[in-house]
Amino acid sequence: MTTLAPAPTAKPQKPWAATYKDRAKTAGIFVASMAISYAVVAATPLKGKLAYAAIFFASYIVIDFVINFVKAGRPAAVDAVFRAFVTMMVAVAITPIISILVTVWIRGHHGLHWTLFTKDMHSNAYTDAVPQGGLLHAIIGTFLLVLFAMIISVPIGILTAIYLTEIRGKFTRPISFLVQAMSGVPSIVAGLFIYAAILLPLTKKLNGFEGSLALAILMIPTVARTSEEVLKLIPSDLREAGVALGGTQWRSVAMVVVPAARSGLITAMILGVARVAGETAPLLLLTGGSGTKNFNMFNNSMGSLPSYIWQCFGAGTPESITRAWAGILVLLVIVVVLFTAARTLGNRKVGKKK
Amino acid sequence: MSIEPGSKSEDNQGDDMDTTAQTNSLAGIAASRAHAQPGTQALGVGLEARGVHAWFGEKHALSNVSLDFWPGTVTALIGPSGCGKSTFIRTLNRMHEFIPTAAMAGEVLLNGEDIYAPGVDVTKIRLKVGMVFQKPNPFPSMTIAENVLAGLKLAQLKVENKDDLLEDCLERAGLWSEVKDRLNTHGGALSGGQQQRLCIARALAVRPQVLLMDEPCSALDPGSTLRIEETISQLSSSVTIIIVTHNMQQAARVSDYTAFFLSEGGPGQMIEVGSTNEIFSRPKDKRTENYVTGRFG
Repeated sequence: MTTLAPAPTAKPQKPWAATYKDRAKTAGIFVASMAISYAVVAATPLKGKLAYAAIFFASYIVIDFVINFVKAGRPAAVDAVFRAFVTMMVAVAITPIISILVTVWIRGHHGLHWTLFTKDMHSNAYTDAVPQGGLLHAIIGTFLLVLFAMIISVPIGILTAIYLTEIRGKFTRPISFLVQAMSGVPSIVAGLFIYAAILLPLTKKLNGFEGSLALAILMIPTVARTSEEVLKLIPSDLREAGVALGGTQWRSVAMVVVPAARSGLITAMILGVARVAGETAPLLLLTGGSGTKNFNMFNNSMGSLPSYIWQCFGAGTPESITRAWAGILVLLVIVVVLFTAARTLGNRKVGKKK
Repeated sequence: MSIEPGSKSEDNQGDDMDTTAQTNSLAGIAASRAHAQPGTQALGVGLEARGVHAWFGEKHALSNVSLDFWPGTVTALIGPSGCGKSTFIRTLNRMHEFIPTAAMAGEVLLNGEDIYAPGVDVTKIRLKVGMVFQKPNPFPSMTIAENVLAGLKLAQLKVENKDDLLEDCLERAGLWSEVKDRLNTHGGALSGGQQQRLCIARALAVRPQVLLMDEPCSALDPGSTLRIEETISQLSSSVTIIIVTHNMQQAARVSDYTAFFLSEGGPGQMIEVGSTNEIFSRPKDKRTENYVTGRFG
């Protein structure tokens, strides 16, 4: 009888992780590139942040390539350059986003005041001191406008996607083409369309619902296209299983395909909301920019965060500019909160998916 | 090419004598399987394919297949990939037309009535002729119990006692003892073999007369395959089963009849059909012999 030796205690390790030396090398290249960019900017007529960045990126890639070429040969060097390039492109893409967020916070947080959420602007001028008045009316307006736009556009968008992926009728191609073309419609055109089709001939005055209609026009293509992509991902196995059990196509789509795509369809909805939450042009045209709380979508002009921001910037005094930045901050936070909420709802477990 | 039900008992006797010599061969496996009693049914029961052709766009995928399936029998369709077996069984419950470019010719008679006749309600056909797919495909948004009963909801059928039906179907699919304590968890958490048996239970819940199985075990390990084969044997007394398989031992183990399909460049054709014993021990066609003995395909 042999007894097994007790297993030596093993610690989880990552032998493939970057070593101290690798990191030192990367840091060295980084510092060297910074030095080169500083030296070049000092010595040549090239000036400015852009010059720093461009020379830094170029020298980083060159040094990285040369070091890897000498140490590991051409394929490794090309691989390293590719990786460095992709990382830099990500940095380039993220920089403006971070810059916007930081700027909004720096300029906007002065204007944050609890009265923002309790008061509206009906008895104040935009030029009054910040604590007098707030943007409650604009939050209410944006909320109602987006809610109504959603109520109109989400069913239309999702049904369009179902037509395109499930029914696949004769008009699939032209409709698919139209939906794509519609997603490029400038928002002012959507606004003008409602203005010409509804405001001028029918209502003859501003109201919130017209704004929601214009937003819905902008939302439909986003919702429809995203939903279409999501529904295409549902394996056709599931559709066949539903139909093979004796369901009609409608019941199979409603009971099997749509529930399986639920989280994706919620994402489509969020993207639609994101598309319109900050729209300004059609709202200025159709809903005006009231400073008073207005809960009635069908009567009187209605405030909204974008138009509030626009009006505050227009007023031009230091107080109103502070208000505008605070408004931007609030709008951003609302959008982020909406995103997170919808994501959480959409990702709630519906069983393990393969 | 329809099978003569009356000739079957003679085949059995003949094969029983062969068994001693070939217990390890496919024919031996087939012969040792207890056959269903030879059919005494009048024509017009069961499922009959009459001169079935199938196309995908311009491609002629299946040519002139005539084949009868008697109630309470298991028929295996064998043949190399691309010979039209799957296409054929999909014409039997009108799933063929699910593919946009599909076309067909011929007749498929269910209890003597053409399922392709104008005015036939396709959903009723699919209720009577159920299907189990190659890859297990439980509905991801539903629990185990909801999956089994999904057919009732999809087809808007009313049942008096859902719990009894649920247990009955899972029992017949050989899954009840494994899942009875977690009927309200999601089907996706089951193993592949359990998922496939869940799909069988789901198909049984609408009480089909015929069950089509399109390579139901090709994605499963041997243990799960064995469980499903047991399930098939248990079901065969109450349901007509048509199974497509690439596994010749499986065909020999589970089926009463075997049909061999082959495509020789052109559309797939049925080369030969007979009792499973016959096909595996003394096929009439050289091509069948080559295939079942592994010299080809």
